[in-house]
This record gives sequence, structure tokens and C-alpha cells, in this order.
Amino acid sequence: MILNELQRRELLKAAVALPLVLLRPFWLERLWAAQENEPLVGRRDRERMLVLVELHGGNDGLNTLVPYEDGAYYRARPQLAIPRDQVRQLTPKLGFHPALTPLMSLWESKELALVTGVGYPRPNRSHFRSIEIWETASDSEQVLDKGWLSRVCEQFPLPPEFTAEGILLGKGDAGPLSGGKARTIALNDPGQFLQQAGSMGPVSMPTANRSLAHILDGQREIFHAATDLQGRIRQAPQLGIEFPTSRIGKQLEVAAKLIAAHVPVSVIKVTQGSFDTHAGQLPAHYRLLDELAQALTAFRTALQGQGVWKDVLVMTYSEFGRRVEENASHGTDHGTAAPHLVMGGQVKGGLYGMPPSLTALQDGDLKYTIDYRSLYATVIEKWWGLPPVTFGRGRHPAIDCLG
Amino acid sequence: MGLMFDEARHFLSRTGFGGTPDEIRQLMRLDRGAAVAQALAIPTHKAQTPPPSWIDRLPPPANERKHWSEMDRKAFREARKEEGQELKVWWYRELLTTRSRLLERMTLLWHNHFTSSLQKVKWPPFLYQQNVLLRLQALGSFRTLLHAVAKNPAMLLYLDTQTSHREHPNENFARELFELFTLGEGHYTEQDIKQAARAFTGWHLDHRTGAFRVERRRHDEGRKEVFGKSGYFDGDDILSLTLEQPQVARYLARKLWREFISDEPDKAEVERLAGLFRQNNYDMASLLNALVLTPHFWAPENRGCLIKSPVELTVGTARLFNLPIEEPLQLVRCGRRLGQDLFDPPNVKGWPGGTRWITTATLLDRTQMLQRAIRGHETGHVRGQGMGDMNQTHGATWLAAEPIDIVQATLLPLGPVQPLAAGEERGQAVRQLVLDPVYQLR
Repeated sequence: MILNELQRRELLKAAVALPLVLLRPFWLERLWAAQENEPLVGRRDRERMLVLVELHGGNDGLNTLVPYEDGAYYRARPQLAIPRDQVRQLTPKLGFHPALTPLMSLWESKELALVTGVGYPRPNRSHFRSIEIWETASDSEQVLDKGWLSRVCEQFPLPPEFTAEGILLGKGDAGPLSGGKARTIALNDPGQFLQQAGSMGPVSMPTANRSLAHILDGQREIFHAATDLQGRIRQAPQLGIEFPTSRIGKQLEVAAKLIAAHVPVSVIKVTQGSFDTHAGQLPAHYRLLDELAQALTAFRTALQGQGVWKDVLVMTYSEFGRRVEENASHGTDHGTAAPHLVMGGQVKGGLYGMPPSLTALQDGDLKYTIDYRSLYATVIEKWWGLPPVTFGRGRHPAIDCLG
Repeated sequence: MGLMFDEARHFLSRTGFGGTPDEIRQLMRLDRGAAVAQALAIPTHKAQTPPPSWIDRLPPPANERKHWSEMDRKAFREARKEEGQELKVWWYRELLTTRSRLLERMTLLWHNHFTSSLQKVKWPPFLYQQNVLLRLQALGSFRTLLHAVAKNPAMLLYLDTQTSHREHPNENFARELFELFTLGEGHYTEQDIKQAARAFTGWHLDHRTGAFRVERRRHDEGRKEVFGKSGYFDGDDILSLTLEQPQVARYLARKLWREFISDEPDKAEVERLAGLFRQNNYDMASLLNALVLTPHFWAPENRGCLIKSPVELTVGTARLFNLPIEEPLQLVRCGRRLGQDLFDPPNVKGWPGGTRWITTATLLDRTQMLQRAIRGHETGHVRGQGMGDMNQTHGATWLAAEPIDIVQATLLPLGPVQPLAAGEERGQAVRQLVLDPVYQLR
């Protein structure tokens, strides 16, 4: 179908007048796609993929993005500070941990945004509570049972041909996609998944037994997903690059394959564990950051090769940063604010936000300078083009880091 | 009055790993009180499976390790990995053969409460010793257990008490003590954690003896203020102060409710049980006795409302089908795949359990594991071909000998999602029942 410019404008106007529920950018894209005479499920549908990287355990922000000009940093961390000459300088004040060197090329090509001082008011230092706050986008004292992406997906449902809202890779749980009606497929190895799903048909039965209902839901999801994945993976192109064999490397390899196969989901979540570095931090943290940087670089190369890097947004998150002062076990305890990475082909690279002061602390911890929900607003408003969603009290403005 | 078939089945599935029709019928001779008394009459609080040979070994001293080459280090890691597997196999053997099923269930519960992992502790003998402690005190006094766990080598290492110093107290243990072990979130302040952490400084595992000791030079002797009380508290004082909080009994009663009854604890009953628990000076056996005797435990709506953990699913299936397991390493691998790697919980909070056991991935793996088990592959030698040869293959004669309605009532806590067709061939019927979603419930 070929539309002339006028017809296209009319259609767009009509779409704007539709109720919010239908105002998913996918519908607009469909019109664009149709106008440009492209297949309905194709490149444009993949424009809005979000890849979340959970840094499980609480990543030490200060040793990730190092304030190498700040004497307070070196005073607080006599054992753990990264020596100035090893820091990979990004700005006159901040630089990468040496293990993040592979990311320098993304920084230089302006595909990597660093958002500093991300946190929230009245921080909670419990792993479980703080990750729950992050994943449900709640205020510190507010307990919510639905993940933030679950809420977004309920407010703005995906078209029915989507396999699921999200795919989980690795050991982490559904987190931001938990609760509510979001369908999430936990997937370690797609090939094996398909083979096993073959023996399971969908069953529906009304039941008041919540455990049973949960199992039946799972069966239905598997059946639906397997049917869909089958066709797509069969036709997926080869990635043509070697991924590192670390856990995060393997997860991002599967993620890249799924994206290359145009699997219609909105979010892929991967998890890297063991950031809870209470003791012996230096070697452990080095290894974690090294694995992360290698895996992310491979991911970007693979997707660039497929021509879909501009359709993907990668974002890290973690329950908290760590205490400014090191402890006696050569480690760091639970802290508050930390920097996070946003990368992708449409990212406007650079430094965003104010790095927190290392001297004006609160209970020995950094004061956050950007609410973590601003990252979510960026995804919702700037990446998906949806209207703002309210999380907790107050507005959290999107960050202008996508172009 | 004796128990009904379904009641006895329910009791065995919640306090043990399920039962065969014979075991269920034997229990039907007893009433509720006698049934729980029998389950709690445990001859010895020690595992009967012979332990591995290395359980008393001490880790090599740090000054020796300093001189190791990369090769030495690698060999060391490989040896520990091997021991870790042996340890897991040892516990599975005990789970598969024990007669004190409630004792093992409670040991599993404590392993998921006072977590420690091989991954962090890196010395399997310490994890073995912790397991022995958890079993020994599993049904004793929570007070004794708490004080002992706090000084237990694996715990000292797992939550970093070992490296905590008065100059820089490490808060890891103090935080989890309040948040996960005794009170739950919202019943303490950050200040309580910081102060309590000071009291545990100097608590130390002496690597030369493998024993707990307080290292005076590292201990903070100063005044601390915790829960609004002030004094020159040491670690034991903090534990005692914590146990004075009425919230502890509530927290544990609720935890046991979720384990044994349902995931919706009854507020008034929890309050009553918590009161009893405090009166009985934190005696676990009395709490469990009172819990099982609540009407809620027996209520039909609470049957089949919980999801089997991977260990319950694999061990329960192996016991029920009398699978000939000569190498429990297969169960270890299977448990890990299904999301429960014994001695390696995912983090200090342990396995979240409940509906979290079931994801699309683990559901697929559960189905696959069961399919193999009833074919006789996954969990032991194949000696026959499929269910038709059940008697020779697995020795579970009841599957062929009992009427089909008894087989169904034994395998499933509720009616199946897909009812059996009349006159279904027995092997096929058993297969269908085991693969029914209801088999995942207890």
C-alpha cells in the first residue's frame, strides 16, 4: 500500500485522536512501514528494543567512574582507590576503571551516555528492598507489587502479535516485568526451549488456587512463545562474531541472536551477579567490569553488523552504589547513588547529571543528584514516545540523551 | 478418631516428602495429635549417612598460600569443587533415605534461613559443620540455634564478621541478623544496624583451630545503643536483646506458616502461635506441634496450595517411585537446573520459593525431569522399558497393584487438570498424572 503525504498526515492525525491505549508507537510505525512498502514485521518494529542489564549486588560506582582528581576519593579508599595513572580519563575529573577500557571506543564515537549520581531520596540499604524500589519505581517507603515495565505494558499494551513483553536471560528474576499481566519468557537456550516446549500443550481451567493458576499461566506462555520463536529463529541470520564466554557474554550473545531474529518482544533483561563486594573487592570488581565491558562491546559489534544497533537501547541498573569509605575487609559496604550506562545507536554520548560530592555526605554516603525514575522516563517518553507515566510522588523528567 | 486418606496424605506431603498408599494407610490409624507426636519423635538429631572423609580438615594457613603458584591455586580450587559436589551428594543421600523426614525438612528450612554458600565460604568442611549444627538444633531452641549460628565458621565467613574491625565495622551480619534472621524489614533502624555491627567486631574464626574466638584487639568495647537500650554490649548481648523483641516470634511463626500451611498466614493465629513460642522459650518442636494442630493446617482449601521446591519434587518422586538411585550426583545437577543448588543459595535471602520456583524455564525443566524419571533414565539405571515394567524397574508395586483412584489420590493433592480417560492403560495413566500440573503442588 502506498500512501501519499496527505493521506499519511490524515492517518497520523487520526491515530493521535485514538484513545491512549492505542497510542503505542508501534502503530504509528506500522503506518510508516506500510507507507514505505516494507514488510509489516521488520526492521522498524525493532526500533524500540530495551535491553536492561542488572548489576546484581550493588555495583561500586566510585570505582566504576572514578573521580580521579578528588583527594577525598583517595583519602576514603587507601586500599581500593584506582591509582590516577590507571584511570582511563573521560573528562577532566572523571574516568573509567581500567577494566572498562573496551568501552572507550563507544565513548569516543558518542554512543555511550554516563548518568552520574543516580539514586533516590531516603535510600534503603537492604539489597532486597532497594532492588524492589528500583524495579517497582516506588518511593522509598512505598511498597508496590508490580514492576515498572509491567505497569507501562498494562497502560500501553503491545499489539497482540507480540510474543511476550519481555525475555529474561541468565539467573535474575523478572524484576521490572514482574507482577501484573506482563508475559515474560525466561530463556537460557532457545534451541532447548523449543525442543522441550514441544511436549506441552496449553490448558485453561478456572481455579482459585493461585499456585495452580501460576503454573497454568506458565504453560500457556511457553506454548505461545515456542510457536512464535520456532519460525523466527529458523530464519535468523548468523551473527558472525565471537562473544566472550563469561556468563554475561553468553547472555548478551543470546540477546543479540533474538534481536537479529526479530523476535517481537519489547524488553530483554540480562543479569550479571556478584557485585556485592564486601571483601577483597579489587580483583573481583576488576573481573566483573572486564567481563561486562567485553560483553557489551561484542553486543554492539554484532548488532551493528546486523544493522539494528540504532534500534536498541541498553541501560544498566543496580540496587545501590557502595559506601564512599572502604571497610577493613578490603571491600565496601552498601551505599546509595551510583552512575549508570545508557548506550545504543541513537544515544547522544556524554556525561549527564552532576557527580555527587565526596565531602558533603549523608551518613557516610553520597547524596543522589538524579532520581533513578528519570532513566525510566527517558525510556518511556524519549525511546518509546509514550506519554509520561507517574511513579511515586512528583515528576521525574526524562534525560535528553537520545537523539 | 483416625485420619482420613486425604488428611494422612496431606500430612505426609507437608511434614515429609509424601507417602505411598501403605504409608498413608498406616498413618490413618492415628489421630492428628498422635500423628504429629510421631513425626516429632526423632531418635537422633544426626544424619545417618556416613560423611565424606575431609569434614574436619582446616584450611591451609594464609602465609602458606601466599607462596602458591597459579597451578597450586587452580588445583586447590578444583579440589574444593570436588568436595562441594561430595557434600551435596551426601545431603541428597540423607534426604533420600532418612526416616526422620520432618528433621530433614526443618534442616532444609534452616539452610534457607541461615544461609551460607560454598561459593563464598570456599571451604566445604565449614558448610558441612553448619549443616550438622542446623540439624542438631532444627527442632530445639531457636535461641540456642541463633547464638550458635552467629559463631559458626561458615556464617562468620559468609557474612564477613571475620574481617570486621572496630575501626571499620562490617555491617553485613548485623543487617541480615535483623532483616532476615529475626525481625524482618521495618522493625529496626539503620542506626540499630550500625551500632550492632560494632558489637560483633572481633568475632573471629581461628583458622589454626577452626574454632570461634573473640579477638580483643579488633573488638569495639565501647558503649552502643540498640533498640533504645544502651550498654557495653557484645555480640551475644545483641542477640539476647534481639530475642527480647516480640517481633521475632511473629516473624518465625509466619515463616513456618508459609512453609507448612499456606502463603497467607492468618494474623490472629500467628499472634497466638507467636505468644506460645515466646512462652516456651523459643522451642521449635512446641511451635511446630501447635502449628500442625491448627484447623488451618488441615483445611481442605489449604491442600495442594503450595508449590513443591525442586528438592521436594526430586526427592519426593524418587522416594515415592522407589527409583534406584545409585549416584545422587544426578539429583544435584537436576536441583541446580531447577533453581535449588543445595549449599549454594542464590544470595543471603535464600531461595524465594513459592510461585517463584516456577518460571517458563524451570517449568520446562521440571517436565523434562519427570518424563525421564518415570522412564527410569534421569535418576538411575534403566532396567526396564517404561511403566509397564514398573514392578521390576523401580520396585513401586503399588503403582500397578492399587486401584487407579488410590494411585491418583496418592500422586496428586487435588483432582488433575486433565482427568484420566476411563480404562486408560496403567503406565500411560501414571505418566499423565505425574505430568499433570497438580503434581507440582503439595
